[in-house]
Amino acid sequence: MPEPILQVEDLRTQFISRRGVIKAVDGLSFSVEAGKTLCIVGESGSGKTVSSLSIMRLIDPPGRIVGGRILYRGSDLLALDAEAMEKIRGDRIGMVFQDPMTSLNPAFRVGDQIAEGMLIHQDITPAESRIRTLDLLSRVGIPNPEARFDDYPHQFSGGMRQRALIASAIACRPEILIADEPTTALDVTIQAQILKLLKEVQYDLNSAMILVTHDLGVVAAMADYVMVMYAGRMVEYADVETIFARPRHPYTRGLLRSLIRLEDTREDELAPIPGAPPDLSRLPHGCSFAPRCPSAIGACTESYPKLHGNVDGHRVACHLEAEMGAPVARAGR
Amino acid sequence: MVSEQEKPVAGMGPVQDRPTPGRARLAWKAFAQDRAALVSLIFLLIVAGLAVFAPVVSPHDPYEAVNSMRNAPPGSDGFLLGTDSNGRDMLTRLIYGGRISLVVGFAPTFLAMAISLVLGLSAGYFGGWVDQAIMRTLDVLFAFPLVLLAIAIAGVLNPGVSTEIIAIMVVLVPYISRIVRTSTISVTAQPYIEAARAGGAGQWAILTRYVLPNMISPVIVYSTTLVGLMIVVGSGLSFLGLGVQQPAADWGAMVSEGRVVLRKAPHVTVFPGLLIVAVSLAFNYIGDGLRDALDPKSIRR
Amino acid sequence: MGKQILTRLAAVIPILFGISVLIFLLMHLAPGDVTDALLGPMATGEAKEKLRQAMGLDRPLVFQYLTWMSSILQGDFGVSVHTKRLVSEVVLPRFGNTVILALASLALALSIGFFVGMYAAAKSYSAFDRISMSLTLMIGSTPPYWLALLLVLMFSLNLRWFPATGMTSIMGDGGALDVAHHLVLPVIATAAAPAAIITRMVRSSMLEVLNQGYIRVARAKGVNSRTILWKHALRNALPPIATISGLQLGFLLGGALFTEVVFAWPGLGNQLYYSIVARDVPVVQAAVLVIALSFVLVNLTIDILNAYLDPRVRKV
Repeated sequence: MPEPILQVEDLRTQFISRRGVIKAVDGLSFSVEAGKTLCIVGESGSGKTVSSLSIMRLIDPPGRIVGGRILYRGSDLLALDAEAMEKIRGDRIGMVFQDPMTSLNPAFRVGDQIAEGMLIHQDITPAESRIRTLDLLSRVGIPNPEARFDDYPHQFSGGMRQRALIASAIACRPEILIADEPTTALDVTIQAQILKLLKEVQYDLNSAMILVTHDLGVVAAMADYVMVMYAGRMVEYADVETIFARPRHPYTRGLLRSLIRLEDTREDELAPIPGAPPDLSRLPHGCSFAPRCPSAIGACTESYPKLHGNVDGHRVACHLEAEMGAPVARAGR
Repeated sequence: MVSEQEKPVAGMGPVQDRPTPGRARLAWKAFAQDRAALVSLIFLLIVAGLAVFAPVVSPHDPYEAVNSMRNAPPGSDGFLLGTDSNGRDMLTRLIYGGRISLVVGFAPTFLAMAISLVLGLSAGYFGGWVDQAIMRTLDVLFAFPLVLLAIAIAGVLNPGVSTEIIAIMVVLVPYISRIVRTSTISVTAQPYIEAARAGGAGQWAILTRYVLPNMISPVIVYSTTLVGLMIVVGSGLSFLGLGVQQPAADWGAMVSEGRVVLRKAPHVTVFPGLLIVAVSLAFNYIGDGLRDALDPKSIRR
Repeated sequence: MGKQILTRLAAVIPILFGISVLIFLLMHLAPGDVTDALLGPMATGEAKEKLRQAMGLDRPLVFQYLTWMSSILQGDFGVSVHTKRLVSEVVLPRFGNTVILALASLALALSIGFFVGMYAAAKSYSAFDRISMSLTLMIGSTPPYWLALLLVLMFSLNLRWFPATGMTSIMGDGGALDVAHHLVLPVIATAAAPAAIITRMVRSSMLEVLNQGYIRVARAKGVNSRTILWKHALRNALPPIATISGLQLGFLLGGALFTEVVFAWPGLGNQLYYSIVARDVPVVQAAVLVIALSFVLVNLTIDILNAYLDPRVRKV
């Protein structure tokens, strides 16, 4: 198996609030390889966005990364000083955010904002950066790049802004691309185009992609591997076919059941997962999902289930499923 | 003194018929958590209490001048804070001075708020030419620096406390009206107002029962902070001799009187000024505390 | 952009008109009138009436307003009741002195405001931030005339570092250095409150901008924190800061009155005050007019500047 480009080990990120300590990410471990896409799925509050921000070390007070390691090509990103991390951001790891309407600085030209990363990280002249930016603009499907370079963000539509932001994120040809709900704020018709663009871009760069989403449709279209998160922890991990065909965690099953499918008839009821996401400052003792789990047993409220995996790399954190495979050596909790 | 332009917080959310008593209690609880605001409130209540009961609590008569004890430093025999250049007790005059200063802070602000509510609500709710007419007229007043206009108005009228009140009131109306208007516009745009209209409520009912209770909190916060600032402005008017006249006790006037003996009796100037700063600061903290207490985001906690 | 400027200029005209009406009315609504001041309390009703007729004070108000306006527009501000000199000769040089004080104070207020405010925003919730916010609150609550007197007490009377009054020394040569020496205390007293207000505005505007999505995107690109602060954030935080600064400048032009009085700085505020007390109507009118006009001009300039800074407006 090829060496993973990024390896996250036991990541813990916390926020201090008036109600107490919020364990947004509580012992997360996973890895990604070049050319592959990992989708992180979960509800709001599951910790998926915080994980992606933690990789970029964009967690601000009152938040703090309190433990773990994030290994990029073997060196721990969490051990770097601020200056060294600034060199990695934008250059080796690129990120696309959720809301394109607020992600571009209204006071500067779009072209300049795309070129900025290159001017910081690479030894090129402004003229060269302009040429490369024009190239990038056409690569991401923005027509008439010459004119568009000098435009301001308010002259771009939402979809075009997201394309520009993707151009900005890949400008330095990063090895890892993180996209946090890149299509959630866009029109449905544009969503497919942007996802297709991301796939193309990833292929061109052969970069590893981490795609954070709550939309299983996006997962089906984009993922090679899927990681399901709940209350700050990984509850299931598998390749995309396995997740859809043989989900093992009750939460994953619940998510899949709550989708409307083409073959559903009018008589089939929508099956949402009952209950609400937990308060992250007051997690229950034992499995965090137990209060909502239809298959909970006694052990579920007593202790948190360890992550168990089989040889295919399919991992689950569930007491009920524990018999299915041996515990993974150094995963999560 | 030009105050910061505050951005009003959008309406608190639909208030059904009138604010429920639970909300007032919640707001008070939130307010009480802000220590600075609480301490300031207690301080102000003490100052106000002393002012109201001035004849009872003061050690001396504010107009009684003891010739032999002119400019006595603090700690002198029987004069805790010393005497002024006429031999009058500083502590007594400071207590009495609170009466005028607090009145000059509250009365014009309250009156201006009343007028501004009428103007701002009309402008914000009805819009159109009503809005234009009111705001264009107020724009003329805005064209003058606040303190300058107050001085000019106070200067042309005869000196006295009512002059100070009138001058400050006139000067405040444009500022409060603007906040009222902005807040009204933001509340009027809310869906529940349209729902009320669709439900057949009359204009007056909508204004008083739906618009007013929901747009009032930023106005109250703003006005509270203004009281503190107007105490400073009012003291400035007295300092210039445009307000209260001798021998009345007023903090601003006392500072002015202390000017001539600044070197040898600085306490005459320093003490009244300290009080002005303290009272104005207190209103600022209370205003901040009110703003946080009335903020819809913190009420839900 | 040109259209933007013209629209704003056009909007200002009715305001200027309104200002002139207000100033005119102000003096005419005052109790008592100028004939009392001119003829003294012993004058008979008859003598006052004759003087009123001679001065045109018995004509209808509208007529008086128009006469007054036409003189003003021709540069004739009348004659000072008190000193019998041409008002324009009195007011304009004094205005120059006020401008010196106001500009110097604004420079100080802006410098402090920017550096303290930016640093507080960059290190929000730190000890520096909390202390500076408390300090600005306190200074903003301080009466300027009292602060001026404290400065005089400490630095003039006790330490003798700076002069207490006037713009130049009586014995001195009146050169720039001398003026600067006399400027120090008045500038500190005048700049204090504006500095506090500007600091708070810089901090709050910067904090709001720093919370925006595009700042996080810039950090994700690897832009260093200094550039984020001074280029990406500041550029967007400027409009409210500029607006407040403009307001402060206008306030300084008018409100420096207190420090001018305390320090006997020969400025327009000083002049205005003594003219009010002396009921010298023409001077008061001219002084208030000049100050209001500058205020309107300053705000107009800031308004145009803000429109220019916003690409959405500029490119329309």
